[in-house]
Amino acid sequence: MADVLLKNIQKRYDKDVLAVKGASVEIKDKEFVVLVGPSGCGKSTLLRMIAGLEEITAGELYIDDQLVNDLSPKDRDIAMVFQNYALYPHMTVYENMAFGLKLRKYKKSDIKQRVQEAADILGLREYLDRKPKAMSGGQRQRVAIGRALVRQPKVFLFDEPLSNLDAKLRVQMRMEIKKLHQRLQATMIYVTHDQVEAMTMGDKIVVLKDGEIQQVDSPMNLYHEPENKFVAGFIGSPASNFLHGKITQDTELAFQSKHCTISIPTDTSMGKRLNNHVNERVILGFRPEYLYDKAHEADKRLSIDLVAIIDVIEPIGSESYVYFHFADMPSDSFCFRSNSDIHYVPGQKLKLGIDLNRLRFFDEKTERRIK
Amino acid sequence: MRRLKIQKLFFYLILFGMTIIYLGPFLFSVSISFNADKDVLTWPIKLIPEEWTLAHYQSVWRDLPFGQWLVNSVLITSIQTVSNVFFSALAGFAFARLRFPGKNIIFSMLLASLMIPGIILLVPKFIVLNEFRLINTYGGLILPGLVSVVNIFLMKQFFETIPKDLEEAALIDGCSYFRIFWQIFLPVSKPALAAVAIYTFQGSWNEFMWPVIVSVTNDMFTLPVGMAFLKNEFSVQWPLLMAGTILISLPTIAIFLIFQRYFVQGVASAGLKE
Repeated sequence: MADVLLKNIQKRYDKDVLAVKGASVEIKDKEFVVLVGPSGCGKSTLLRMIAGLEEITAGELYIDDQLVNDLSPKDRDIAMVFQNYALYPHMTVYENMAFGLKLRKYKKSDIKQRVQEAADILGLREYLDRKPKAMSGGQRQRVAIGRALVRQPKVFLFDEPLSNLDAKLRVQMRMEIKKLHQRLQATMIYVTHDQVEAMTMGDKIVVLKDGEIQQVDSPMNLYHEPENKFVAGFIGSPASNFLHGKITQDTELAFQSKHCTISIPTDTSMGKRLNNHVNERVILGFRPEYLYDKAHEADKRLSIDLVAIIDVIEPIGSESYVYFHFADMPSDSFCFRSNSDIHYVPGQKLKLGIDLNRLRFFDEKTERRIK
Repeated sequence: MRRLKIQKLFFYLILFGMTIIYLGPFLFSVSISFNADKDVLTWPIKLIPEEWTLAHYQSVWRDLPFGQWLVNSVLITSIQTVSNVFFSALAGFAFARLRFPGKNIIFSMLLASLMIPGIILLVPKFIVLNEFRLINTYGGLILPGLVSVVNIFLMKQFFETIPKDLEEAALIDGCSYFRIFWQIFLPVSKPALAAVAIYTFQGSWNEFMWPVIVSVTNDMFTLPVGMAFLKNEFSVQWPLLMAGTILISLPTIAIFLIFQRYFVQGVASAGLKE
C-alpha cells in the first residue's frame, strides 16, 4: 500500500504531440482515484506512465517516496488490470494467476495459498483449471483482477476494465471492485471514460481533457462545484445545460441570453459575485435536475417563468428526461428531469423555473467558473 | 434454377479438369512404379498394371545407396526445419515487438533480398562456401537454409496480431523480453509455427538445386539429387525413378494429411487477425 505522487508529468509523442501536459496529482495511501475524461484526453497514457509501460518525458513520479521514473514495470510493485483482460490464453486460470508469483520465485505452497485466497474472494474456485476461452467476459475480468490481487502490490492500476462488459455486468463488477477496495484497503488508480463509473467508484476524481488536468476533487464537489464549463458538462448525466449570454444591470441584475432573461437576486452570494461582471459575456450552466415545472414545484426559489416547448420525452422508469426548446428557438435543445408520474406530450408548452441557488456562471472566454 | 445448375456443372467440370491435370502425372508415376518393365512405356497407357510387381521398390533399396541418401535428407531437413522455426520466430518477434535502431531499414533490406531471384545467388553462395571449404559437406548443404526471410515475414505478421496487452501484462508480471517470447508468444503461435515448419520441411525435403551444386560425391547426395542421377545421357530408368520418387513423396504427403488443419490455418493467419 502506498502513496503515489505525480509531479508535473509530461508525455510527448514525436516532437509536437503533447499527450499529457504537466499532470500533478497526489494520491494518498488507500485512496481510490479515478482518472476520467473523453477519448484521447491522456488518461490511459497517464496510467501507463505510472505502470512504466510508457516513458515519462518530463516530471517526476514517486511511489512511496521513491522516484520510479526509470524503473521497469516489474520493479515498481504495481499490478494492472487491462480492458481486454490480457489473460494468457494457453494457461489455465490457476496458471494465469500464479505466473507473476512464479517469476518472483515464491514458494509453491505460498503461490497455492495466495491463488486460492484470491479465487475465493472472486468466486473463481471452481474455474481454476479452466482456460480463459472457456469463460465468460465477466469471469475473465475476475481472473484478470485475481492476477493482480495475488501479487499484493503497492498500487493497483485499472485501465477501463469494465468497458467490454455488458451494462448489467458492468454495474455488478463496479460494486465488486469497490467492495474489494474496501476490503483490501489498497491504493487503486482507475481509468474510465464513463463518468457514472467515476462518480460511483472514486474517492477522488481527476478530470482530464486534451492532456490537461481540469479538476481534482471528490465526486460530489465535482458535481456541485465544477471549476470550469468542461467539468460541469462532463460530470452528470444527462449533461448540464448551457446558455450563452451577458450579465446586465438595468433595473436589476440579470442574465440575458437570446433564449431568456433571468434576474439574479443580489442577496445571494452568486449575485454579489456577478456584480463585478456586469456587461461581460458569460455562460450560464444549470443541471437538468435543477430545472422544475412550475405547475408541480412551489417550494423552491425558482427563476422567473421560462416558456418551454417539449420535443422528446425519454422515460427511464424512475424518472423521465424531457428535452425541450425555448419558444422560437427550435434549434437549441435543453433537458430537464421530471417525475415519471407526470405525463407530458411532445409539443406541450410549459412554464419552467431554474433553482436560483444552483446557477453556475462561467466566463465565456476562459470557460472558468466565476466564483 | 436451370441456369444455376448449368453454372454448377460448369464449375465441377473445371474442378475435375484441374484435378486430372494435377493428380494425373502422380497417378501415372504410381502406376509405372508398380508395372513390370516391359509394360512401362506401352501404348495405350496401362494405368492399372496387368502384372503387379514390387521389384522396383526392392531395387531402389538394394541397388542404390538409398539408405544413405535418406539419412542425408532426414538430417538436413530436420536441422533446417527446427532452426527455421526457432530463428524465424525469434527474428519475427524482434521485428514485430522490439524497438531498436535501424529496425525498419534492416527489415526493408531483408524484404528487398526477396526480390533477387535465388538462381542469381547460387554462384556467390558457392564461392563463399568454397572459401570456407564447405563444399560436399553437411555444413555446405545445411547452413544456407537455416533461416528464410519468408518465414521471418510470416512470423512477424503473426506476432503483430497478438494483442499488445498480453506483452504488457507479462512485463508487469515480471517477464524479460526473451521470456515473453518463449513463454507467452511461442505457445500462442502454434498455427504459425506449424505453417513455418511444414513449409520448411516441404521445401527442404524437395530441394534439388542447391544440393546438386554443393554435393559432389554420391554419399553426400540427398534423395532428389540421387533420383536425378538415375536419368543419364543415354537412358532413363523410369520404373526405378518412379519408385524412388513415390517413396520420397510419402513423408510430405503424410505430413500434409496430418497437419492439413494447421497448414490452412497458417496460411490464413499470416495476414489475418484471429
